[in-house]
Amino acid sequence: METLAKLLNKLKTLDRRIIFTLTALAVIIPLVARLGIPSKQITNEVQGLYDYLDKLPPGSKVLISFDYDPQTKPECHPMAIAIVRHCFKKNLIIISIALWPTGASLADQVLTDEAKILGKEAGKDYAFLGYKPGGAVVIQKICTNFAEAFPTDDKGTPLKDISVMSGINDLTPFSAILSLSSGDPGIKQWVMIAHEQTRVPVAGGCTAVSAPEFYPYLNSGQMFGLLGGMKGASEYEQISGFKGMATAGMGAQSIVHLLLIIFIILANISYFYEKRKEKLGIVD
Amino acid sequence: MVTNLAIVLPANSDNIGIWIAAFLTLCIYSFLYKDNPFYKFAEYLFVGVSAGYWVARQYHNSLIPNLWNKLVIDHNFLYIIPGLLGIMMLMRLIPGVAWISRWAISFVVGMSAGINIIANLQGNAIAQIRGSIVPLWSGDILTSIYNWVLLIGVVCGLMYFFFSIEHKGFFGGVSRVGIWFLMVSFGASFGYTIMARISLLIGRMQFLLGDWLQVIRM
Repeated sequence: METLAKLLNKLKTLDRRIIFTLTALAVIIPLVARLGIPSKQITNEVQGLYDYLDKLPPGSKVLISFDYDPQTKPECHPMAIAIVRHCFKKNLIIISIALWPTGASLADQVLTDEAKILGKEAGKDYAFLGYKPGGAVVIQKICTNFAEAFPTDDKGTPLKDISVMSGINDLTPFSAILSLSSGDPGIKQWVMIAHEQTRVPVAGGCTAVSAPEFYPYLNSGQMFGLLGGMKGASEYEQISGFKGMATAGMGAQSIVHLLLIIFIILANISYFYEKRKEKLGIVD
Repeated sequence: MVTNLAIVLPANSDNIGIWIAAFLTLCIYSFLYKDNPFYKFAEYLFVGVSAGYWVARQYHNSLIPNLWNKLVIDHNFLYIIPGLLGIMMLMRLIPGVAWISRWAISFVVGMSAGINIIANLQGNAIAQIRGSIVPLWSGDILTSIYNWVLLIGVVCGLMYFFFSIEHKGFFGGVSRVGIWFLMVSFGASFGYTIMARISLLIGRMQFLLGDWLQVIRM
């Protein structure tokens, strides 16, 4: 009993750096040991997005907006890779833009790499129109006039010279709008402006921290799918039949969650023990 | 000597970009021990590089195609107005005439408010109210329970934020149920937040152990 009391007292003053070290080990060890803990269940929102894209006829146009930056790369980049790969495999036409400045480089990287792997050609199978500042204003503009907001692609080629852009004057030729978002502007603006004005179906992927914000949009039918954080990305990788960065990270994710649950339980035991001591008037 | 170095250094030691990224990552993580000059250096460098990158992107992706080309190549002189507003915004940098920037800021605020009010009304208020009107008996027991929970959650949550009546008696009970619903949603958000933060740590570790040290293979 005395040992337990001592331990609980120690927990009260535990150096936070010990917690940091344990958390780091809980991430490093599963990664090195290649501890893969795949998701047992594919959530409806991930399956919904996959099924929708999978059923689109070849040649359908999909707008992918890269609304994230390197800070949230571990969550949004794997989903970008999985979605772009899926679209290319289904021979869908990808038109891509970025509403975040650093999202443009990440978009360019994903599209170029995946196009190289699957033998797709820029301008013929996909187009990357680059970054444009303005967020909601840009979305508002492309609802009615695409070329006004994006007169050229990322490399400076006029839209009229890009074959894949022929017939795209606004958002209505698109079969889906996908936003990979880690804040504003992002999914919220695409739903509120693009979906409400054009009725083009909207879906996307986001950081786990912002996922709860978008569930009401799923419930109301304003979105047809959502990938929430690394878990959402790993589920999409799983349905797509490949193991990417997200699947590789899920083992570490589960172990850290377990560690944090233990921390929370220990902290609560310590808290209630203190309360009880106070009630009984016990002094250390 | 070269062989010895090859043993010590990871296989990608020739990739200077990866080494710089790894060094800066470690600099930032050193803050977990305590504040130090390495962390400060990485922090300031990040701010500076981000600003430079942002300016270059704005210039190439916005200023040239959306303003300069419209004026000079297309001769669309209507674009003089946004050009002038942009220059007025830059007046903020000159203390004597900084007040001129307020006109441009007023334009941006007014325009953003107009767009957001309509977008919020259409996409959030009306669509969400429509989404909350659900049948309380749908023929399927699980869906019906879900719809009841949705109704109770929405009504009680709204009651909690109604402050014109004192939260006592029946009204107090209902608003208390609203608090429970709010607490559950905060708990879910907290769980998601932890998952998000850990994901970022995993991403950095995958970079350090994979791209840099090549201990793991992606």
